[in-house]
Amino acid sequence: MDIKIKNNILAIVTTDESKIIGGDAPVFLAKDEKERENIAILLSKITLGMIHELENGCYVIVRH
Amino acid sequence: MLKYNYIIIPSIILGIISRLSMLRVDYRQYPSYPQGVFSHFTLGIVSSSLGAVALPALLEKEFSAVTFLALAAQQFREVRNLERQSLENIDKTELVARGTAYIEDIAKAFEARNYMTMMTSLFVSLAIFIFDKLLIRSYSILLGGILGLLIIVLFHKIVSRELIGEIADIYPAKISFKGPILTVNGIGITNIGLTESREIFLEKGMAVEIVPKNQNAVVTLSNLGQRKAIEHNVAIQLGIRKDLDQPDFAPYISRDPDTGNLVFVIVSMENDIEYLILAVKRTLVLESAKRKPLSSYVGKKAAD
Repeated sequence: MDIKIKNNILAIVTTDESKIIGGDAPVFLAKDEKERENIAILLSKITLGMIHELENGCYVIVRH
Repeated sequence: MLKYNYIIIPSIILGIISRLSMLRVDYRQYPSYPQGVFSHFTLGIVSSSLGAVALPALLEKEFSAVTFLALAAQQFREVRNLERQSLENIDKTELVARGTAYIEDIAKAFEARNYMTMMTSLFVSLAIFIFDKLLIRSYSILLGGILGLLIIVLFHKIVSRELIGEIADIYPAKISFKGPILTVNGIGITNIGLTESREIFLEKGMAVEIVPKNQNAVVTLSNLGQRKAIEHNVAIQLGIRKDLDQPDFAPYISRDPDTGNLVFVIVSMENDIEYLILAVKRTLVLESAKRKPLSSYVGKKAAD
C-alpha cells in the first residue's frame, strides 16, 4: 500500500519576507515577481504539486 | 442426456448470443483487449450451459444437479471481485481516475450479465420444453429461439441505466477569474496560481453547468463518485491537457451550494463545447450514486 500526504503545503515562494513567520514548509525568497513565478514553476515540476496564489506576494505549492 | 439435445443446444446458443450482445467494446475501453473479451465470452458459455442443463437435470430427477446453480452464483461473485480488483489496480495509472463508485458499478454489471445469460438459457429451455408438449419439435425449438431473442431484448431494457442527460439539463458556462480563483458562472472552483495557466484556462478551457431536473437528481449529482465518473468519461473521450507535472489542468466539478447545480470545467485536447455537452449527457448515472429522496415521505414533503 502506498501512503501519500495530500493537500499539504510543500513550499512557500514569496517576494515579501515580512509575510512569513515560519512553520514547517520551506520558504523561498525571490527578488521580484518574475523570479517568484520561475521558482514556483520549478518547484511544482519537482514536487508534482500545484501552484496557488495567496494574493499577498506569496505562492504556495500544494500536492492534491 | 442425449434425449434432451433439442433443449440444451438451442438454450446454450441463445445464452451465448445474450452474452455477446452485452459484450461491447466501446469508448469505455473495457474490456478492450482480446484477452478480456475472450475470458468473458468463455464464462458466458459456462453460464449459459449451466442455465441450459438445469431443466433436463430436473426432468431426469437429478435434483442434486441444481445445486450447481448455487456454485455458479458463487463463481459469478468471484467475477465481480476480479473485475473490481483489476480495475482498481489500473485506476492508479489513469490521469483522471474512474473512482471507486464507477468501478463498483462496472464490476456489478459484469456479475449481472452472467446471471442474465444463465436466465436466458433457463427460460429458453423451459419454453422449448413446454412448447414441445403442445407442438411438433421443430416448431417448439423455433418458438423457443424467438422467445429467447425477446428475452434478450427485454433484459437489455431492464438493465439499461439512466444517463446524465435524462436527469439534468446541460448548458455552456463562462469561465472567469476572481483574483486567482477560477470561477464558472460565478461559482468558485479552485485557486490557480500561475498567470500562464489562467490564460490557458480562459483561452482553451470549456465549462458547462449541469442543472438537475428535480430533487432526486440534485442528490444523485451531489455524489462524489458520480462526479468522478463524469470527469473520467469526458476526459477519456475529449482528451485531457493535464499531465502529472501539470496538475493545474485537471477537470474540476464544483457544486453551487444554493441551487445544487454543478459546474464542470476542463481543458481538453478537443476544444468543442458541443461534444463536451454530449459527453456529459451520455455519462451513466451510477447505481451506487442514485438516490430517490422524492420517493420517501420526508423527502417529498420537504421538497414541497
